[in-house]
Amino acid sequence: MTEVEETLKRIQSHKGVIGTMVVNAEGIPIRTTLDNSTTVQYAGLLHQLTMKARSTIRDIDPQNDLTFLRIRSKKHEIMVAPDKEYLLIVIQNPCE
Amino acid sequence: MEIVYVYLKKRSEFGKQCNFSDRPADLNVDILPNPKLAAQFVERNPVDMGIQCSVSMSEHEANTERFEMETRGVNHIEGGWPKDVNPLELEQTIRFRKKVEKDENYINTITQLGVIMEHCIKQNNAIDIYEEYFDDEEEVEVTEEASSAKTINVFRDPQEIKRTATHLSWHPDGNRKLAVAYSCLDFQRAPMGMSHDSYVWDLENPNRPEMALKPSSPLVTVEYNPKDSHVILGGCYNGQIACWDTRKGSLVAELSTIEFSHRDPVYGSIWLQSKTGTECFSASTDGQVMWWDIRKISEPTEVVILDITKKEQLENALGAISLEFESTLPTKFMVGTEQGIVISCNRKAKTPAEKIVCTFSGHHGPIYALQRNPFYPKNFLTVGDWTARIWSEDSRESSIMWTKYHMAYLTDGAWSPVRPAVFFTTKMDGTLDIWDVMFKHSDPALSLKVCDEALFCLRVQDNGCLIACGSQRGTTTLLEVSSGLSTLQRNEKNIASSIFERETRREKILEARQKEMRLKEKGKAEGKDEDQRDEELATNLEEMVAKAEKEFFDIIFAELKKEEAEALEKKAKAPKKLSLEADEEEEEGEEAGEEEGSDEEKSA
Repeated sequence: MTEVEETLKRIQSHKGVIGTMVVNAEGIPIRTTLDNSTTVQYAGLLHQLTMKARSTIRDIDPQNDLTFLRIRSKKHEIMVAPDKEYLLIVIQNPCE
Repeated sequence: MEIVYVYLKKRSEFGKQCNFSDRPADLNVDILPNPKLAAQFVERNPVDMGIQCSVSMSEHEANTERFEMETRGVNHIEGGWPKDVNPLELEQTIRFRKKVEKDENYINTITQLGVIMEHCIKQNNAIDIYEEYFDDEEEVEVTEEASSAKTINVFRDPQEIKRTATHLSWHPDGNRKLAVAYSCLDFQRAPMGMSHDSYVWDLENPNRPEMALKPSSPLVTVEYNPKDSHVILGGCYNGQIACWDTRKGSLVAELSTIEFSHRDPVYGSIWLQSKTGTECFSASTDGQVMWWDIRKISEPTEVVILDITKKEQLENALGAISLEFESTLPTKFMVGTEQGIVISCNRKAKTPAEKIVCTFSGHHGPIYALQRNPFYPKNFLTVGDWTARIWSEDSRESSIMWTKYHMAYLTDGAWSPVRPAVFFTTKMDGTLDIWDVMFKHSDPALSLKVCDEALFCLRVQDNGCLIACGSQRGTTTLLEVSSGLSTLQRNEKNIASSIFERETRREKILEARQKEMRLKEKGKAEGKDEDQRDEELATNLEEMVAKAEKEFFDIIFAELKKEEAEALEKKAKAPKKLSLEADEEEEEGEEAGEEEGSDEEKSA
């Protein structure tokens, strides 16, 4: 478990990272550094988006699968690392 | 045969109803085929004919009613919790979370994902992929292409006996037409039967001139009126001024009377900028510059005699070969003479003598072209003898810049209306030179051989792209210059003006230095008194120095003596004071003693 802690701490300590969260397949946030309401919002919305993205990739090529999802917006970048059961979501402010 | 059917009816039967009845078909005409005609036809065997035997189908479109779609998403807030966990209860949720975190799968997954995530985060931190490079730099249009000019069209003199194209004028609107003056400038060597006609060419049609201008004497110069594009002014070989209206035809509309015109061919004629748009002036080698109003062209409105001694003597007058007028400086004009002098004149001077303001001399031969720089009117270009020179109005002694002496005589020159640092010259060997002052001073930027015979005149179109040059055999060539030479470069105006200013300054410095040297020469010529005076001055100097030293030491010694005297006086006073007070005495005595001691030291 300490590995998890370490990993998450390391990620959070990187330059520009605003928040980190881990969400499970049901959309329940397991671990988060942001406040509850934001987390819940992110979790719900990004979960759906990731599912859609994944299905798109698989529709185009069934052999293919989604490995990473990056959404760059005006204010920051949302990075989603999907897995079968969990989602690791990081919000970063890229150096500009 | 007329087919007629007569229909008869009794008057009493009018209005009766019609009773129709059937009857069998009646054959009226039967025309049988004529077998003899069959011989005129060829039997076609086999005959291909397409038939389609299929289900006939029809196409039909129908627009169904719009199906309204709405995208809806369900935001799963706090859902997904397993049944046994109440999402509102913090304790339960925490417990659930802790349970999940202990799951091995969870640990592995997160570690893996963490690696990927970190990679991307670091990427983000390393490079900003949306960074805009060179945001503030303007788009640099680098014209790497070498400057070039190519011939577009050639207009040949349609006459048998070829005459020189002596002057060109572009049509003021749109530049689609070119007026060319043809004449033979060899004195009294014009061949018999030479036509006096000059032509107006349309650029699209080089085979035939669009219009002919028929004066009584060949035209030496031709100019379109910039205000009214139908009016053309022509200066004749016999000194008259003629005017055409292109709407009225080829014959002269107005002609000046020969008694009041010039005595020599009219070499320069320019339209003036006036409200009426009917004023012009002309110059000729007879030494006169005349002003005309074409509404009353029988007499000139004003005459100026180019006598630089300002005595108004026609005998002394210089013959004018070229004329210059800039509409931005309406009262000034310049005349280039046969003697190689440029005369700058002021039209609005009170007395005729004051009309001539100043002269610039520098050419060895007639000045065939004279033009102010359209961007910097203080600088003007003259073309004559074997060089082209650029002058500044400030520097009257000499030109500020000049080209080297060429092998062939220069016949005409013009500035580019678009680029202040570019000008064109034509030579007697048929070459057109394009000079770029910014690029190179020693050689033309581009030199083209246009034709084998000599080129006589040159005119640049207002867009700076097209150049027309006329040759000795009457051939007018139209050239197009590459865009590098006809588009304004970055900073060109500043650079050109700084070049001109720098050269003007250099000339001024040289002038000043020359003046100094001349004065010195004058001084030397006045005799050797100068030298003697110099020597006396030298000895005086030494004496003065000695005197100064002496004075200095005198003053010092005087001061010293004064102090000694004072000390002695005090010494005399001191014993008196001793009798008055005991303490002070001692002190003063000590002081006196000290002073004495110091005096003794000083005197030593």
